[in-house]
Amino acid sequence: MQAAFAALSSIVSWFASIVDPMCGPIGVFRLFAQGTLLACGDTGWGDEIAYGFMITTSLAICTLPIGLFLGFFIALAKQSEEKSLRLATNIYTTIFRGLPELLTLFIVYYGLQIVAQRVMLAVGYEGPVEINAFIAGMIALGVVFSAYCSEVLLSAFKAIPRGQYEAGDALGFHRGKTMRLIVLPQLVRIALPGLGNLWMALLKDTALVSVIGLPDILRQTGIAARVTKNAFEFFSIACLLFLILAMLSSMVFSALERWTKRAEVTR
Amino acid sequence: MSHAETMLPALPPPPEALKRYTFSRLLGRALLGVWLAASVGIFLFVVDSWSPEKFAKYGPSFLSGLRVTLTLVAISIVLGGILSLPIAYGRMTKNKVLSWIAYGYVYFFRGTPLITQLFLVYYGLGSFRPYLEAVGLWSLFKDAWFCALFTFTLNTAAYQAEILRGAIESVPRGQHEGAAALGLPKSVAFFKIILPQAMIVALRPYGNEIILMIKGSAIVAIVTVFDLMGETRRAFSRTYDFQMYLWAAVLYLIMVEMLRNLWAWIETRLTRHLKR
Repeated sequence: MQAAFAALSSIVSWFASIVDPMCGPIGVFRLFAQGTLLACGDTGWGDEIAYGFMITTSLAICTLPIGLFLGFFIALAKQSEEKSLRLATNIYTTIFRGLPELLTLFIVYYGLQIVAQRVMLAVGYEGPVEINAFIAGMIALGVVFSAYCSEVLLSAFKAIPRGQYEAGDALGFHRGKTMRLIVLPQLVRIALPGLGNLWMALLKDTALVSVIGLPDILRQTGIAARVTKNAFEFFSIACLLFLILAMLSSMVFSALERWTKRAEVTR
Repeated sequence: MSHAETMLPALPPPPEALKRYTFSRLLGRALLGVWLAASVGIFLFVVDSWSPEKFAKYGPSFLSGLRVTLTLVAISIVLGGILSLPIAYGRMTKNKVLSWIAYGYVYFFRGTPLITQLFLVYYGLGSFRPYLEAVGLWSLFKDAWFCALFTFTLNTAAYQAEILRGAIESVPRGQHEGAAALGLPKSVAFFKIILPQAMIVALRPYGNEIILMIKGSAIVAIVTVFDLMGETRRAFSRTYDFQMYLWAAVLYLIMVEMLRNLWAWIETRLTRHLKR
């Protein structure tokens, strides 16, 4: 089993090194930045920045499903008839939409550390407990994303007329089946622009994780800037990379939007 | 034919039907229980590690941090609002060059993280020190507070320009045409007819932008400005007391909630003529 995992991960990393858009065989830095500060390998910062780029994107991509999943159920809870459920979820969104993302990150990072330390002490382990920065970032950003996501989904839910649910009942569908076959496809269509904005915000918020030590784009370029004293160039590269991410995701989202609206009448 | 001679005696109301104990009710109670447990836990934690010396020592610095945050946000929102006017104009003009410049500006500032922009200004402009010294601006740009103000102003100007543009474009064409039919000059039509309607549309996004700025301003702590977050970090690094972060969280929540409620009040007040 262990060997299988090792083989799998080596295959994945080999594949990633082949398609790496920066330092792969046909990477941008490999082709155009040889001999400059951005060269790949030991002479330049290209591979470090490429690693940071990978960390940033993977953090955002790992956070997205957590946030969507949590946000969906919070949105469901918010439109429930049960008062206590609504109250509990409203407290959640009020807190996590009101706190600065940086503060949420610190609270999760240090708070989890304290909690973990106490738990380990109770178990009988005495020693330093370190929380993985990636996990802490994923939790903090996922929580914030879910709070915003629930609002977007809630307003999308409200835009779906009652008749759609009644149609599901009339067809004799189970509640889950109504949700899956009738409501969700329309929900995605309505909520997609809002979710696209949230994804952009998430992408930008990942830059904050560099503060707790995760080697993302900003941290790697920051190290490079400090070592080489070419701060402006390296932070411009960081901005450029984020812009590229934003452009790519806006392209993906407009394609998605077209795909979800493929059944609508063209005018 | 018989009829009742006396009224029926009053009966007690029927007993309230017991609500069914549904799953959602159970879940709601459980979640409320979790919140209650969390707040009690935090309260006990704070009581446990409470010390009056710490409060006396760090309380005033928290207040000064709060002041720094509020001044930073207020100044940058106002300056950004002024700067957003030409940008919004550029976004709406038919001049290709101007509109591309404005679009590029807005795209850059909305597409990159605020913290990267701040680093670009604070650390990056150091590379241009000789030029800045020659112009006499270096004393400004070596100050972290000014760099933060500069970055925030540029950033919020981009967002506010988009808000303004969206609001102005949301006013229907008929309003322009109505004004033209009345023979009003373009400027009068804009200030007396278009802008008041646009401002009502823009009100809520402006409120959200202020809240975003308050939350976003926390990152200035990283470039050594002692705002609320900076003071919190300093206090935490000196005491290793986690409750510092909790106090900061409470202060931020109070700020944001007050602003949100104030904005809701303003909005209901300003749109009361639209209520049916």
